[in-house]
Amino acid sequence: MQRLQTPLTPEVIMELRSGDQVLLSGTVYTARDAAHARLVKTVLAGGELPFPIEGAVLYYVGPTPARPGKVIGSAGPTTSGRMDSYTPELLRRGLKGMIGKGARNQEVRQAIRAYQAVYLGATGGAGALLAQRVKAAEVIAYPELGPEAIFRLEVDELPLIVINDIYGGDLYSQGRQAYLSCR
Amino acid sequence: MKFQWEGRAIRQVPAEKITAVVRELCLEANYRLALGMPEVMAEAAQSENFPMAKEIIKELQANAEIAWAESQPICQDTGMAIVIIELGQEVQITGGSLYLAVDEGVRQGYEEGYLRNSIVGDPILRRNTGDNTPAFIRVEIVPGDKVRIHLLPKGSGSENVSRLAMLKPAQGVEGIKDFVLETMELAGGNACPPYVVGIGIGGTFDGCAYLAKRALLRPVGEANSAQHIAMLEGELLTAINGLGIGPQGFGGSQTALAVHIETAPTHIACLPVAVNLSCHVLRHEVLEV
Repeated sequence: MQRLQTPLTPEVIMELRSGDQVLLSGTVYTARDAAHARLVKTVLAGGELPFPIEGAVLYYVGPTPARPGKVIGSAGPTTSGRMDSYTPELLRRGLKGMIGKGARNQEVRQAIRAYQAVYLGATGGAGALLAQRVKAAEVIAYPELGPEAIFRLEVDELPLIVINDIYGGDLYSQGRQAYLSCR
Repeated sequence: MKFQWEGRAIRQVPAEKITAVVRELCLEANYRLALGMPEVMAEAAQSENFPMAKEIIKELQANAEIAWAESQPICQDTGMAIVIIELGQEVQITGGSLYLAVDEGVRQGYEEGYLRNSIVGDPILRRNTGDNTPAFIRVEIVPGDKVRIHLLPKGSGSENVSRLAMLKPAQGVEGIKDFVLETMELAGGNACPPYVVGIGIGGTFDGCAYLAKRALLRPVGEANSAQHIAMLEGELLTAINGLGIGPQGFGGSQTALAVHIETAPTHIACLPVAVNLSCHVLRHEVLEV
């Protein structure tokens, strides 16, 4: 299993193929619908983003509140497709990785190839398990959005799978075909 | 407490009691799976032969165990609080509004349980209400002097891929099957398969959607009591699992764990069908007052 470290570099991204299982460590930023709307509005207005986007990895998650003594609550991925309309603009600005679940649209898949990025899947509905890999969490922007605020997370060996790579690979169609052909 | 009204005993239930019960339901429902779910998941883990799919189901089982052991919600989407109340007609709620009492229970339960606030007060303005209220409440009047309260914390991923169609009666069972399979195809891996598929057939436009949601309350894997509907449930489960979508959509035989259908009488010109999906994190608790 490959180990990845953030920020992601073009060299590392070139090595990744859909279906690869990876363990990601380092810093990721959370962003869901409302945060995406603000991020894109900010960049289009020429403003400064609340985190360095070059090589950054976004995790589509709105965690539950942390209990006392815990770093974070449950923290699994939300459906990525709702972020599709915002994603190409962020990829154009240097975003390199996205973590979520579910299929991306054609524009995003094309932008992943054009800007040499990667879309990684985390297991949807495994938020308690995934939370164990989060070592630190801090709200860095939009606290008024509650669970939709942007958190900076430090993750240690977050288990992920490559869904869309820069070569046009798509695990949703490949996985299903592989199953149906071996049935 | 009971009192006589026109010769009949009326049981009084304080609104505070409703609040306490809803609070308790919130604190229980988000950390464990609904009745029947662990069993169908175990069966799925057994029968799934595609290696990655099998691995994913085991991961989901491990997640459920961690959630219970560590008091972490099974899923970060602790949902809309869907509250279905079977209200005995010999019950009077006293000392406050039933609906506000439920909301207060949700407010307390979601805060004390470290559960996520996932509700916006207005669908256009989209400001988070900050306490996961309002709850989404349905009241059914039933015989008796008990109050049964169901809580179904419903995630948005699976709610977003749910659909309804007003079919022509001529389309019949084949039309129903086609619509359900088309819905599953559109949902694909987006809404956390393996799914539990709630289906409503018949009734009105709005009533059909509620039947589909109501179908998710049945203990998972239990068949409809009408033989022809139970048969349709079985046929649909086989057809859905033939699609090959699989756990998380990465391919496999376990796309759905169960199909539950509820039906209702309808108009001579109507054949409504609704599909309300649940992800593999189906949560449902019920308490009786």
